[in-house]
Amino acid sequence: MSEPILSVKDLQIEFKSGSIVTKAVNGVTFSLNENESLGIVGESGSGKSVTATSILRLIPNPPGKITGGEIIFKGKNLLTLSNREIREIRGNEISMIFQDPSTSLNPVFTVGNQIIESIRTHKAVSKKEARELAIKMLELVGIPAPEKRIDMYPHEFSGGMRQRVMIAIALSCDPKLLIADEPTTALDVTVQAQILNLMKELQAKLNMSIIMITHDLGVVWETCDKIIVMYAGRVVESGTVAELYKNSLHPYTWGLLDSQITESQNNLKPLATIPGSPPDLSFEVKGCPFVERCPYAQTVCFEKTPQLMEPTKGHAVACHFQTSDQKLERKEDAYFDGSTT
Amino acid sequence: MEALLEVKDLKKHFPVSNHIPFKKSTQSVKAVDGVNFKVYPGETLGIVGESGCGKSTMARLVNQLIKPTSGEVNFKKKNLIEMDARTLRATRKKIQMIFQDPYASLDPRLKIGELIAEPLVIHNVGNKESRRERVEELLETVGLNKRYAARYPHEFSGGQRQRINIARALALHPELVICDEPVSALDVSVQAQVINLLKKLQKEFNLTYIFISHDLNVVRYMCDRIAVMYLGKIVEIGTYEEIYSNPRHPYTKALFSAIPKENPFEEKERIILKGQVPSPLNPPSGCSFHERCPFAVDICKTTVPKVVTPENTHQVSCHLIN
Repeated sequence: MSEPILSVKDLQIEFKSGSIVTKAVNGVTFSLNENESLGIVGESGSGKSVTATSILRLIPNPPGKITGGEIIFKGKNLLTLSNREIREIRGNEISMIFQDPSTSLNPVFTVGNQIIESIRTHKAVSKKEARELAIKMLELVGIPAPEKRIDMYPHEFSGGMRQRVMIAIALSCDPKLLIADEPTTALDVTVQAQILNLMKELQAKLNMSIIMITHDLGVVWETCDKIIVMYAGRVVESGTVAELYKNSLHPYTWGLLDSQITESQNNLKPLATIPGSPPDLSFEVKGCPFVERCPYAQTVCFEKTPQLMEPTKGHAVACHFQTSDQKLERKEDAYFDGSTT
Repeated sequence: MEALLEVKDLKKHFPVSNHIPFKKSTQSVKAVDGVNFKVYPGETLGIVGESGCGKSTMARLVNQLIKPTSGEVNFKKKNLIEMDARTLRATRKKIQMIFQDPYASLDPRLKIGELIAEPLVIHNVGNKESRRERVEELLETVGLNKRYAARYPHEFSGGQRQRINIARALALHPELVICDEPVSALDVSVQAQVINLLKKLQKEFNLTYIFISHDLNVVRYMCDRIAVMYLGKIVEIGTYEEIYSNPRHPYTKALFSAIPKENPFEEKERIILKGQVPSPLNPPSGCSFHERCPFAVDICKTTVPKVVTPENTHQVSCHLIN
């Protein structure tokens, strides 16, 4: 296998508020190959967005601070680059699209203006050439009548169209890596299907890698090759999508999979739930961060923090039992307790 | 069975300003345009559709938070629209609502106890002492500690806040609860907790739900009957089996085919709809779906389809059926 295009090693990110320090990301490690798509899933507050924004060094500092680890993109550590150097990469080699298409465009400029701005920042082209390229980008993302649409303002576009414009801006400089932070969460299912389709098509056409952050496993099944599951600022499990769906090992992943509502779900039976809520990361978490909510927890889980290990090649998990010989047996009703309320 | 709620030819047209001072506007957004349905006691009616199709406007019309342009809303055979203010207020006790955003729907300056007691105060139920007892009872019903009554909303997570909203909706012993996207803002695992709670409460208090959601999986799990809305109209309505196993309207088929895969191995056949929902300001002639419909024929462009009934309780408005 070739060298991965991006590899993140032992990333640590803290947020400081007064004297309280919250460890939002605590030792995240993953890598991504060329032309591959990676899904990052987890609950709100699990650190998935922070991890992704830190790749572009967009974490506001203060209060946020990357306190450790490295992010290697094409052989360069992004964390040690100067501001000028990182700006060369931002929007050029790595781009990002955000969740809410209605707030990520500037309402007082036409969409054309905003695409051209991004092109002219990174490419030495004339205004006219940039405009032509912008029209081509709008066409690429499936906006009808792009010559006319380019002079319209964001409010004249619907949510799905705005997200297409965002994708056009993100792709205008042929990035090698696209980070999509919940790109379809604010959209309707029919529009979501359109946008996910478009992203898959463009990925094949433009030969880029994608990091897809989402809390919807369905979106991951649709678009990704690999997946990492995050919990309380850590990676608890990672592997290929097929492997994780068939042979998931971490009790948290089991809970996530169980609490999806599926077609075969009997609607007389209560849904599986993960009891409780994630730990407060402004205190030091002792033992496994999932221990309070884990139906399989034992004494060792309260005392020692499990490390991410690879029991089988390409499939890593952070659980005391799954990496040793005494493997846990997945109980079918572990997350169904009668008193779900 | 007698229907608890019967909505007849309900319309809500919002006038749109023409930017000419003192001139009455002639254009209007037809947010809800001739909707008919019944809700039976103890059941859950799901309402699905894309944003802008009029789902939420309809919810607000049902409990008269906004006044309809025309039509009837009959609750227990009495038309809410013709009621005088005093009777309406008394009837409204029986119709409660749970909103989507648990962060916006609780007043940050009131304690949880005050928030839950507010409906009791407004309707003059009991005295201070009995209200306090009722609040504690409600908190326990929704699975929260009764000591939480003394705390403020910011101390709670999204799922807990939604439980508080549910407790408040139940305070007056309602019969009909309108849930407007109650779990859309929550994480999957928390979403499942709230859904389980809603189901449990339905059994316990014999509640009737109108459940609005754009998440088709949630609707499938929650509902006995489902209505599919498109541009202010119900295009298909039927029992959960009828709609999911045998969708008849092309829009319903497209909507269900857009649900993301359940596992990485599933091969889904997709009907990807072109374009987007047309503007309700100036809806297409004939069948409002014809511009996006992959099966549209000439008649769809000119004539509004009638409601047909292919199976017992299954109703569809489409020219192509039969």
